[in-house]
Amino acid sequence: MEFLISLYQALPVWIQILLKIVAILLPLILTVAYYTYAERKVIGYMQVRLGPNRVGPKGWLQPIADVVKLMFKEVLLPTKADRRLFLIAPMISLGTALAAWAVFPFNAGVVLADINAGLLYILALTSMGVYGVIIGGWASNSKYALLGSIRSAAQTVSYEIAMGFALVTVLMAAGSLNLGQIVAAQEGGFLHWFWLPLLPMFVVYFISGVAETNRAPFDVAEGESEIVAGFHVDYSGMAFALFFLAEYANMILVSALTALMFLGGWLSPFQGTFMESWFDWVPGFVWLVLKAFVFMFFYLWLRATFPRYRYDQIMRLGWKVFIPITIVWIVVVGVMQVYDIGWWFDQGGVR
Amino acid sequence: MTFQHFLFYLFTFFAVGAALMVITRRNPVHSALFLVLVFFNVAGLWMLAEAEFLALALVLVYVGAVMVLFLFVIMMLDVDLAALRAGFIRHLPLGLLVAAILFVEMIVVLGPAHFGLSVYVAPDPAPADYNNTAALGLSLFREHLYALEVAAVILLVAMIAAIGLTLRKRPETKRQVVSHQHRVKKEDRLRIIKMAAEEK
Repeated sequence: MEFLISLYQALPVWIQILLKIVAILLPLILTVAYYTYAERKVIGYMQVRLGPNRVGPKGWLQPIADVVKLMFKEVLLPTKADRRLFLIAPMISLGTALAAWAVFPFNAGVVLADINAGLLYILALTSMGVYGVIIGGWASNSKYALLGSIRSAAQTVSYEIAMGFALVTVLMAAGSLNLGQIVAAQEGGFLHWFWLPLLPMFVVYFISGVAETNRAPFDVAEGESEIVAGFHVDYSGMAFALFFLAEYANMILVSALTALMFLGGWLSPFQGTFMESWFDWVPGFVWLVLKAFVFMFFYLWLRATFPRYRYDQIMRLGWKVFIPITIVWIVVVGVMQVYDIGWWFDQGGVR
Repeated sequence: MTFQHFLFYLFTFFAVGAALMVITRRNPVHSALFLVLVFFNVAGLWMLAEAEFLALALVLVYVGAVMVLFLFVIMMLDVDLAALRAGFIRHLPLGLLVAAILFVEMIVVLGPAHFGLSVYVAPDPAPADYNNTAALGLSLFREHLYALEVAAVILLVAMIAAIGLTLRKRPETKRQVVSHQHRVKKEDRLRIIKMAAEEK
């Protein structure tokens, strides 16, 4: 072990960074693969079916089979498509979905790039993800794809505002844009996490996150009953797989961020209680993953139980419900911060 | 040449190159996408100038929202390219004149005599714990509070005016009022009638 550590330290910095990137991306991609399996199993059980159960024991090798299938399928290029943009679009989708993980802290100090404006960086990158969808839909030169991408553009822009405002309350409560410091500000146990003082924002953020990732019940961008598959109707093989990978990576990111900002990230839920010492041996990373899994399950649960929203209802929810709630709550948090209400707002000033 | 210099020239090269592509591409969607690339590279330049908040805000606002709406409109409109190019030669002299004036003005104002390193000394690099976002916030809300408030009110007025100008109330449009829908009771919609059983 010590030999390995000394070997690692002897490497040039850029190789160390590359190794760290691999250490983040490899588990992430594996999680994506098994998230698709979990999705099919969970929704299957919710609908009293078995889900995939043929490839490998209990269907455990299903994602591997899917990957192999997608890799060896031909990438079809529609004749009248804009070739370059058609191929760039899935790369943009995946690139932004993966790059956002650069500032994500997995434990105290365990982060690839510990930057001051981490929250802003993540918001900027997730807002760029929509370009993959728009460009892909336009470059396909198909009516259905264009409709899907236009719907997606309008929806993302609408929900980004609510999402941004929800994050403003988080940064007001934490007094920092750095994700590590946001978690540190929630130190002190279950009741000290931000879910309680920012309860409406917690709900708004997660729902906006579902809308941003174009997932059910907000998946009008793909709406298979009306526009076939929306923006990726003309994509096949690996190009389609990249879109798929990006969507799931984004879902995991939103789940992990919700856990980080509202449920105390890697902090133990038993902090401050008599049970704290019993769970001291659990690494913080495990708590973070468990909390993120809760929201990842919510995604599947929503998909299995809710019908798709009608387009005008999506717009109404975004503009007339969420944005007013978030603006009111920014004022509420401001007042709580000024008068030091509760134990969340006693840090005071900029950190 | 340090790494920062290399990055500076890289970002500048791509920003200028993409800006040229914006005005030379025939397809308006391509132009808009190159404009996105310009914003992105300029954000990189701002990042080099240690203005990380502005850089990220540029990406967030212009790339993430403004250009998405731009593309939204461009993709929906069927832009007639022939009509756009029709007056090119006729308006060329005027365009060249405007370009020349702008060029000369920029040389005069931004030239080394007024804007060089001797006039504006390069600031020392900020310490590692410098927080650009916090510094900007403190400056805006302490020193420039009134200017900020005035700007905010002007933007609000502009927003309300834009909404007011486009808001049309047409009597024939049907719209759902969700609160009415929620208040509906069974008695409002459903009528239970008694009837004798019918024989077939």
